[in-house]
Amino acid sequence: MTEITTEKARIGAPSAQPFINGFTEEGESLSPINSATSKAPLAGEAVKRHSHGGGVGIPDSSRAGRLTSYNLADFKPLTGLEEDWRFTPLKRLRGLHSEVLSGAAPTVTVSGPERVTVETVARGDKRIGSAGIPEDRVSANAWENFSEATVLTIPAGFEADAEITVVIEGTSTEAAAQHVVIVAEKFSKAIVVLGHQGTAVVSENIEIVVEDGANLTVVSLQEWNDDAVHASSQQAKIGRDAKLKHVVVSLGGDLVRVTPSARFTAPGGEVEMFGLYFADAGQHLEQRLFVDHAVANCKSNVLYKGALQGRNAHAVWVGDVLIRKEAEGTDSYEANRNLLLTDGARADSVPNLEIETGLIKGAGHASATGRLDDEHLFYLMARGIPEDVARRLVVRGFLHEIIQQIKVPALEERLTEAVERELAVTNN
Amino acid sequence: MSTLEIKDLHVSIDTEQGTKEILKGVSLTIKTGQTHAIMGPNGSGKSTLASTIAGHPRYKVTSGTITLDGEDVLAMTVDQRARAGLFLAMQYPVEVPGVSMTNFLRTAKTAIDGEAPKLRTWTKDVKAAMAQLRIDADFAERNVNEGFSGGEKKRVEILQLELFKPKFAILDETDSGLDVDALKVVSEGVNRAHEAGNMGTLLITHYTRILRYIKPDFVHVFVDGQVVEEGGPELADRLEDEGYDRYATGAGAATIAAAAQA
Repeated sequence: MTEITTEKARIGAPSAQPFINGFTEEGESLSPINSATSKAPLAGEAVKRHSHGGGVGIPDSSRAGRLTSYNLADFKPLTGLEEDWRFTPLKRLRGLHSEVLSGAAPTVTVSGPERVTVETVARGDKRIGSAGIPEDRVSANAWENFSEATVLTIPAGFEADAEITVVIEGTSTEAAAQHVVIVAEKFSKAIVVLGHQGTAVVSENIEIVVEDGANLTVVSLQEWNDDAVHASSQQAKIGRDAKLKHVVVSLGGDLVRVTPSARFTAPGGEVEMFGLYFADAGQHLEQRLFVDHAVANCKSNVLYKGALQGRNAHAVWVGDVLIRKEAEGTDSYEANRNLLLTDGARADSVPNLEIETGLIKGAGHASATGRLDDEHLFYLMARGIPEDVARRLVVRGFLHEIIQQIKVPALEERLTEAVERELAVTNN
Repeated sequence: MSTLEIKDLHVSIDTEQGTKEILKGVSLTIKTGQTHAIMGPNGSGKSTLASTIAGHPRYKVTSGTITLDGEDVLAMTVDQRARAGLFLAMQYPVEVPGVSMTNFLRTAKTAIDGEAPKLRTWTKDVKAAMAQLRIDADFAERNVNEGFSGGEKKRVEILQLELFKPKFAILDETDSGLDVDALKVVSEGVNRAHEAGNMGTLLITHYTRILRYIKPDFVHVFVDGQVVEEGGPELADRLEDEGYDRYATGAGAATIAAAAQA
């Protein structure tokens, strides 16, 4: 799983298994306007040269040019050929991209330290829109349709001694919209756990404001029932010397698409983004993240790890890191690792790194998708450990690297058990 | 008293150019309490012998046998061999991310003994063994071999040797890449395990250096997949002076003949 050497060239080599329906071997069917070889006037290089951002409906090959808008009408109906949607089975979105999201939003229950305020506010509240702006049609659809939002505020200077738990419980399969705003005021410190559970068809916008000097951890757990469909745009704005740790854990649901983004607004910010997903047969778990280094001297570190098992288990990871011209002194790294436990599963992994200045501390990107490493198994078995136990040790260890980042012992324990249950399914 | 017996072992590997025979008829018998050194130039098949005994899937036994007290080792899976009492200290121990040393050692000990070690004494044993090998206590919390230096990895191999108490230890170039201090520490560990009296050792090395600290009873010289010369510890001294040059291809058979006449 680590470095791919020539000796392990077989790892990650294409297998003889049939591809997932609707996908080519490359897993995509590129729109002609996106294809670099297309001769269309707006295609390939032309797109890059002529884009100034906000070019409605014309995807840019630079993340900086991505259309953002609060208005649903600005986003064209999806065809599935868009760069942003090419891996997502639109049919399984159950209307999140095309219907009016009029269903009842999943209920929100918050518990945590008393000083953390929880408000339910109307659309007009001034905090709405303070950290996020929709970057895709499904997110814009939720923005257009949500009726009220939950606003969580961690007051300035307050250091929470216990985590803040936000249970988001779905009870219906009517397409719905959800909106949550988390504000960590100056120099506050807290851990917020968003627990998504039950059954829902929901598009969600989560705005995260990390004010100057604040230190916030947000853990988003997707432990939905098997029939849930969930699109979640989680956008964070990072202030001066502020720190955000963002953890995405996707285990349950039919289709889960989480699109976290972190934008630095002042120097000295630091972001860590971690992700863990375990895709079972038929599940589509997608994560597309964006780190926008728009100012100098910020640091970002991204690591997503996933395990896949079963027929048509599909995981998608796209990591966009943009280091703008102004972002001198940036230190950035992103990586994705996938472990395919059985035949019939598929992982797509696209680490994109755009660098517009050479005056940076570091920028790296990496991706590896493989089967269980035979050398790891050999080492453990050569110490007397039976193969099935060895396999579990390795997978558990592989995913534990993310779990141990959460630093909430009870939650770490619960997730470890959840991973064990997943492993028990196929005796891995 | 146990016996590990290797008889006329032929081993091949699959390469892109086709099947390549690496061991061309190796016979060797090791008994409890004995230390056998296998020496030879690079590419002579020393490490292949070690990996084959442990059951690495890359190596295909085409003929010959390996038995442990009469039991067919080749019929056993990798983990069964380890539980039967064979231990391979690897030349390049792999890093196993996410699996802590503590968890790994306890899981392996449980598998080998067939029951979980008593927690209290086990923790004490591990700590003591680590201290003797001058391994920092915080290594226990780290992942298996992850970020360990070459020397640290070798010490951790010997730590396992001392904790798992195998019937036969196969040390695959445990000395390579070690500085003198580390070499002493590692050798002391092997000698401690040996002195307990229930272990035989197959010591594979390119250099004679380690033989100053671990005294072999027998020395076997490997060239091109065969044993070309066998003798006592004095053979190692001679190798130190003369190197492997005199075993240049083709000379092997003649040397054996000469040795037989002597």
